[in-house]
Amino acid sequence: MSAAPGRVAAGLLTAGGRAVTFRFDGRSFRGLEGDTLASALLASGERLIGRSFKYHRPRGVFTAGPEEPCALVDVMTACGREPNQLATTLMLHEGLEAVSQNRWPSLAFDVAGALDRLWRFVPAGFYYKTFMSPGWAWERLYEPLIRRAAGLGVLAPVVGAHAEPAETVHEHTDVLIVGAGAAGLAAAAVIGASGLRVLLAEQDVALGAGTLLDARWQAWRERRRAGLARGPGVRCLEQTTVLGAYGHGVFAALEVLGAAERAAFGGLRERLRVIRAQRVLLATGSIERLIAFQGNDVPGVMLAGAALAYLRRYGVAVGRRPVFFINNDEAYEALFALAAAGITAAGVADVRPASRAAERARELGVEVLCGARVTAVHGRRALRAVQIVTGEGVQRELAADCLLISGGFTPAASLATQLGAPLAWQESIGAFVPQLAGAVGRVAGAARGVFGLAAAARDGALAGQVIAAELCGQEVAAVAAAAAEAEGAELPADAVTTPMSPLWEVRGRGRAFVDLQNDVTSADVRLAHREGYEHVEHMKRFTTHTMATDQGRIGGLLGSAVLAEARGLPLSQIGQVKARPYVQPLPFAALAGGEVREHYRPKRRVPLHDWHERAGATFVPTGLWLRPLVYARASSWEAVLGEARTVRRAVGITDVSTLGKIDVRGKDAARFLDFIYANTFSSLPIGRARYGIMLREDGMVFDDGTTSRLGPEHFLVTTTTANSSAVLEHLEFQLQANSRGLDVLLTDVGDQWAQFAVAGPRSREVLSAVVGGRELSNAAFPFMAAGEATIAGVDGRLFRISFSGELAYELAVPASAAQQVWSAVLAAGTPCGISPYGLDALNTLRIEKGHVTGAELNGNTSAADLGFARMLKPQGDFVGRVLSQRAALEAADRLQLVGVRPAVRTRRLRNGMQLVAPEAPTASLGYITSSTPSVELEGWMGLALLAGGRARIGTRLTAVSPLHEERLEVEIVSPHMLDPENARVRA
Amino acid sequence: MLRIPCPWCGTRDENEFRYRGDADVARPEHDAGLASFSAYVYERDNPRGWHLEWWLHVAGCGQLLKVLRHTQSHEIRWAGCPEERAPLSEDCVP
Repeated sequence: MSAAPGRVAAGLLTAGGRAVTFRFDGRSFRGLEGDTLASALLASGERLIGRSFKYHRPRGVFTAGPEEPCALVDVMTACGREPNQLATTLMLHEGLEAVSQNRWPSLAFDVAGALDRLWRFVPAGFYYKTFMSPGWAWERLYEPLIRRAAGLGVLAPVVGAHAEPAETVHEHTDVLIVGAGAAGLAAAAVIGASGLRVLLAEQDVALGAGTLLDARWQAWRERRRAGLARGPGVRCLEQTTVLGAYGHGVFAALEVLGAAERAAFGGLRERLRVIRAQRVLLATGSIERLIAFQGNDVPGVMLAGAALAYLRRYGVAVGRRPVFFINNDEAYEALFALAAAGITAAGVADVRPASRAAERARELGVEVLCGARVTAVHGRRALRAVQIVTGEGVQRELAADCLLISGGFTPAASLATQLGAPLAWQESIGAFVPQLAGAVGRVAGAARGVFGLAAAARDGALAGQVIAAELCGQEVAAVAAAAAEAEGAELPADAVTTPMSPLWEVRGRGRAFVDLQNDVTSADVRLAHREGYEHVEHMKRFTTHTMATDQGRIGGLLGSAVLAEARGLPLSQIGQVKARPYVQPLPFAALAGGEVREHYRPKRRVPLHDWHERAGATFVPTGLWLRPLVYARASSWEAVLGEARTVRRAVGITDVSTLGKIDVRGKDAARFLDFIYANTFSSLPIGRARYGIMLREDGMVFDDGTTSRLGPEHFLVTTTTANSSAVLEHLEFQLQANSRGLDVLLTDVGDQWAQFAVAGPRSREVLSAVVGGRELSNAAFPFMAAGEATIAGVDGRLFRISFSGELAYELAVPASAAQQVWSAVLAAGTPCGISPYGLDALNTLRIEKGHVTGAELNGNTSAADLGFARMLKPQGDFVGRVLSQRAALEAADRLQLVGVRPAVRTRRLRNGMQLVAPEAPTASLGYITSSTPSVELEGWMGLALLAGGRARIGTRLTAVSPLHEERLEVEIVSPHMLDPENARVRA
Repeated sequence: MLRIPCPWCGTRDENEFRYRGDADVARPEHDAGLASFSAYVYERDNPRGWHLEWWLHVAGCGQLLKVLRHTQSHEIRWAGCPEERAPLSEDCVP
C-alpha cells in the first residue's frame, strides 16, 4: 500500500472521510470517502493513468471533472468490465477495482508505444490513402489489425449477470435550471420565491460548482442551499447531468445514484429523467481551455483550475514544483491556493505583458515571466522540465513536476446550441457566447461570458426575475427578487482582473495537441485545410477533432482557431462545430430503462389467457397479443391437423377475441359505412352480417371483416387483429376530416367483448344446449344472421359466420363473462367430442376454404387481384373508388389469387416458394402466400399470388425454393378448393 | 419530441398522437376524375416552413386536430378543430 504524499490539506469533500481501499492495475491503494479515483491516485503520487488512443503516448489526469480527455479507465464490476469510465468523476468506494486502458502488456511498458515514433507516417486521415492493396489483405490482415487497434476500453460482460435495470422518471416543472453554481443558485432562489415549480439539476455531487473552490463563498452557499430546501416548489437533483435539449421544453437528464441510494433502491444505478419544462435557465458555467504547444499532453500537464479543484475539494496537491502557463488572472487562484498550502510555484509564464494577478504572485516570491510562452516540455512518462521563451526572447528552462495551463474559459454552450441558439463571438473573453430565444429560456453567468462569482450571482438573480416575470407577472417577480435578496447572504466581492489575452498555439517543431483523446495535433488541422476541408465541420470529420467521448470540451475552440489562422479569417467567421445530444456519454441501459427482457414490449392477453395456459397452449405473439397457437407443448403438424380434423368432423371452439370490433351508431351510420366499404351496407337488413372489403384511397385493399347490422342506426364493424387500431384511426379520420356533419358515433369495443368461434357439423347441436331465447334452426337463424342472444345465461350476441368453411357460429359475450360461457360451451360439447383449436388449425381450415388474411392482404393487392371485383359497388362514392379503376390495376398479368396443389401429392409446399414456368426457371411468375397439409383433400394445398393467375387455372407450373433447394410440379387451381358451393356453411 | 397543444386535453407529448398528413389538401368531389384523385393521393408540397397538418389524438380524446407547425424549427404556432381557420399572418403562410 502506498502512502499518500499528495494529501496536503483537508478537502471539502473528503474531510473526515473514512479510509477506502481500492485497486488500480492490480496494485492496492488507499483513499478517502469522497475522493474520486483521480484524486485518490494523485494523492498516492500516481501520474501514469493510461495510454492515448492513436500514438499510445503516456497520459495522466488532465482535469478535475467530466471534461477529462485522458484519464479513462475500465472498471471491474459484478456485471463485468465496463470501459471508458472517467477517473475524475468516478466516486471511490470500498473494493473498487479499476484497470488502465489501451496498453499491452502493461501501462509502464506498452508495445504499441512504438507507434509514437512513426508519427510522421500516420497523420490525420492517413487511412484514406492506405490499406488499398492487396485486396486479399483487407479481410485477413487489415481488418483484424484495425479492429484490435480501435477503441479505448474493453467491454467484457459476465454472461448471465444482469445489472439492475435503469429507471425512467418523467418530470413536469415550470422552470428547469441547469447548473447549481453561483448563477444557478441565485436564480433558483428568485424563481422559487415567486411560487413556481423549479427543478435544479447539478452534475456534481454537491451544489455550488465554482463557489466550492472559494472559502469566502461558503456562507452564501449554505444560506442558499438551506433556503432552497425550505421552498416547497424547488427540487434539487445532484449527480444529474442534463444531456440533451429536444425542443418544446423537453430535456433528458441522467442521474447517477450514489452508493447509499443504490443500496436503498435494490442496486439501481441510473435514472433517466425526461423533463418537460416551460422555461429553461442554462447556468452551465464555463470550461477552462487548453493551449497547443509541443508536449502539452505529458503526464503532469494539467489545467490550472483542476489543480485548484484537487486542492480545495480533496486536499490533494497535484505536484511539488508547479510551473504555470496562463493568459488570464482567474488561473492564478490555483497558484495562491497552493502557496497557502505550502507549495510555491517554480515560475509563471504569463502571455500578457502585465497583470494584477502577476503582481500579487511576485509579492509571494514567485518568478513571473511576462509576455512569455512555453515552447516545449521535457519528460515522457512524467514531466521533468519546462522550456520557456520570455517576452525578450530569452530561453529559460525550469525544472517542474507539473505544468498548470489555462488558455481562457469557454462558456459551456452545448445545450444552448442544441436549442438552436446562435453563437456570438465575444472578443473580451476570446470565446463564443450563446444567445437563447426568450420563449425558450435564458442563459446566465459564466455560460454567457459573465465571469466572476458575484457577477454570475447577480446575473443569475436577474435572469431568474425575468423568467418569473414572464410566467407570473412583473409584480410577483419583483417581490420574489426582493425576498430572495433579503434571505441571502452578502456576496463576496470579485477580484478586479486584468483581461485575458488569447493564445491558441505556440508553434514549434514537435506535435502540439488540440484534441487529447483522439490525438489530433494542430498540424493535422492545417493538413485538413491543405487538403481542401475548409469548413470547420469538414475539418472535424477529416481529423476527428472533438469526435472522442469528451467531445473536445477543452480543445474544441483551438481547432477552429488553427483553421482560422490557416484560412486568414477571424475566428468569429469560422465558428464552432455544432453540438448535438448527448452532452456526456450515457449507457444504453439508461435509455432502455425498465423496458428490457420480458418487459421489452407490452403484452396484451385475451380474457381467457389463463385458461389457455392451463390447457397447455403454446402462445404466439401476434403484434402485441399473445394468442394460442396450438394446445400442445410445441406446434407439430400432428397436433395442428388433429385439431383441424375435429372441427371438420365434429365441432371445435377457438378464441377470436383479438379481432378489432368497432361500434358504429347514428342516423348516418349506414351512409358512412357505404363510404368506408367498397360494397354496400345501407342495404343490409337488421339482424344480418355481411363480408366487407375496405380499400385505401389508392385503390388497394386495406382490410376485410364481417360487419353486422344490429339496429336501424346501429352496426358492428369487425377488423383483422393486426389492423384493429389502423382501421379505427382510418374511420375516425374519414369521419372527422372528410365527413363532418354526419351523425355518426364510433366506439372501440375490442376489449369489451370476448369472442369465440364454434365451428363444425355438430356446432348447432352444441349451441342449442347453451343458447336461450333463440331458435337456431337453419330457417330461424340462417347463414349470415346476427343478433342478440343469451348464451349460458349471459346476454351477448350470436353471429352465424364461418371462417373455417364448416357450419359455424361466433358468439360475443362481455369479457368478464368469458370464462363462464367458454366452460359452458365445452361442457355442452363434450358428448360431441368438442376440443379447442388454436391459430395454426384455424389457418389450415381457412386456407382449405380459400379465405384471405394478412398474407394475401399485403397492401399490394387490389380487390380485382383477390377475386373481389364484383363486390365493388357500381353506384356511389367510397374510399378508393377512383384510383381502383386505374387501367394498370386491370392489367391481365397482375398477381392474382389462385390455389396451388402439388402434382405429386406426397410433396410439401412452402410459403414463399416462387412459381416459375419450367422453360424459364429463373423468371418468377408469383409466389405461394399460405400453405398447409390438408385434412379434407390428399396432400398439401396452398394459396398463391400468380401473374395472370385466373387464366392459368388448370395448368401446371413449377414451385421452387432456392433457399431449401427444393422444386416440385404444382397444379394451379381455384382458391376455393373446399365446398365451393358453400353447402356446409349454409346447412 | 414535439409537445402538441390539444384543444381539448391541453399540451401533450407527440407520441399520444398520430400524424395524418397535410390538412390543406381537401378530398376532391366524387366526379372530379382520375387526375384530381391522383394528385390528392400522391402529390404533396414539401415546404421548408409553415405546414398545416392533421394530428389524431389516438391516446387521448380521439379528436382530429389541425396544427400549424414549422417543418424546420418544429415550432407549433397554433392547433385547433378541423372546422376552424388557422390564424395565418404574413410570416407564416404555409
